[in-house]
Amino acid sequence: MTQADTSHLEPGTSRTVTLRVFRGDASGGEFVDYTVEMDEGQVVLDVLHTVQATQAGDLAVRWNCKAGKCGSCSAEVNGKPCLMCMTRMNTLDVSKPISVTPIKTFPLIKDLVTDVSFNYEGAKQIPAFAPRAPDAADGSYRMMQQDIERGQEFRKCIECFLCQDVCHVIRDHPENKPNFLGPRQFVRLAELEMHPLDTADRTEFIREAGGIAYCNITKCCTEVCPESIHITDNAIIPLKERVVDKYYDPFRWIFGKLTGRD
Amino acid sequence: MAQVDRAVSPPHRLGFLRTLRTDAWWFEPAAIGIGLSVFLGYLTVSAFLDGWAYEIGPYLTPVFEPKLAGSFDAWYFSPALLILWVPVGFRATCYYYRRAYYRSYLLSPPGCAVGDAGKKYSGESTFPLVMQNLHRFFMYAALVFVVLLWIGAIRSFYNTESIIDGVAVETGWGIGLGSIVLVINATLLMMYSFSCHSFRHLVGGGSSCFSCSAVSRARKRIWDRVSAWNESHRTWAWASLIWIVFTDVYIRLVANGHITDPNTWGGF
Ligand code: SF4
Ligand code: SF4
Ligand code: FES
Repeated sequence: MTQADTSHLEPGTSRTVTLRVFRGDASGGEFVDYTVEMDEGQVVLDVLHTVQATQAGDLAVRWNCKAGKCGSCSAEVNGKPCLMCMTRMNTLDVSKPISVTPIKTFPLIKDLVTDVSFNYEGAKQIPAFAPRAPDAADGSYRMMQQDIERGQEFRKCIECFLCQDVCHVIRDHPENKPNFLGPRQFVRLAELEMHPLDTADRTEFIREAGGIAYCNITKCCTEVCPESIHITDNAIIPLKERVVDKYYDPFRWIFGKLTGRD
Repeated sequence: MAQVDRAVSPPHRLGFLRTLRTDAWWFEPAAIGIGLSVFLGYLTVSAFLDGWAYEIGPYLTPVFEPKLAGSFDAWYFSPALLILWVPVGFRATCYYYRRAYYRSYLLSPPGCAVGDAGKKYSGESTFPLVMQNLHRFFMYAALVFVVLLWIGAIRSFYNTESIIDGVAVETGWGIGLGSIVLVINATLLMMYSFSCHSFRHLVGGGSSCFSCSAVSRARKRIWDRVSAWNESHRTWAWASLIWIVFTDVYIRLVANGHITDPNTWGGF
């Protein structure tokens, strides 16, 4: 463990800490050290705000809720993708400068702010929710809890795109971006495919446009997800199994032909 | 190249092992890589060692289970090679082992947010890795092995040989340390198989409606159970791997007279 425990800081006490923040834009830039006072119980985003308030008024950083619910403050702290508002200073070794950089996988706009439109373009491609006819004349539906609960985990997604950032398929191979939608979109696709009201079949889309075969289930997306969604186990692997059902399982194909079932 | 370089935000750069991580990220893949090499290496060697006794009394090492007797004696190689493709194929295509060896052996990626090896990457979309889609067929065969290993474990409680290593022993039902070792082995392999992701899909994961009929409601209950086991799939994978190595070592040591198995038949 390289992490120093700073939890001994009593309420009302403080100590100095150095943030090594990347400053620049798409054409390049440099790390700048900012040494500031840090209070007990603070998170990285708090300290960054101190930097912004006292030494770097022009520092660009996205944030909103400070509660891990808006997904805005994604960055890489000491090289690890994380939400800055959920990364407590007492989990970091403050005896050394702490590096704060923008997320790698998306083009930089300024300082810590990147252009994440790749993820919105991907979301647009997904065949939309296609509900069956309503169950009642007033247009309402009846669903059983055991059918809907599987997808509820996926609705926790806050679209921080940390999973997209860490995924080596596009992080280390940007040329794969046109062929791979990324883990966040597989979470969305799993939610739709497992939804009890939905009638669309997206298996072909998942295989072709989604590029699910590029994922080698090495689970970095699951490791960084701040909502603890079991991205690989509950979304990607079940989708891969559905793709196998349709494309790689001759027994199922014959069985389907014989029984007339899909 | 410069163009591709600009596809990531500075100060990050593309390239093998590129990272800004400062922690010991390499420890886990290194430990897993060494562990896999040691245990799988041992089993590989063991499968060829049909010259070194691998059975005694009611005990047969699971590496050679099921025993291909008589007709296969003419087989030039070790008989284990005729059956081992099932467990080998099952583990090689297992979702957990894939994660382990992609990270530790193929360095794809070696760690999270650490640059992966290889200029081009197509994952499991092209040959040979597209073959990982065959996992479920190995799983079907592995379920047969669960039965076979349980037969072997139960057989280990019943001794049919009255003279072992020139010493008269009792026959019939009994129990020895080896029987317990084999029961644990069968249990761990069963749990490894029952926590498999493809098995989870088979029992209910592929279903789109859990509430529709009595059958689908039953499937939902089984799926819930398998899902709980599935969360520990990695643990079952390692426990069953380590234990089969231990079982093989134990039975061979007993079979070759290096140690004595405490049992109710009167020792061997
Ligand atoms: S498990 Fe798949 S989707 Fe998730 S980070 Fe790894 S390669 Fe990407
Ligand atoms: S799945 Fe998790 S890591 Fe990915 S965008 Fe949603 S909340 Fe963030
Ligand atoms: S500020 Fe909303 S998630 Fe961090």
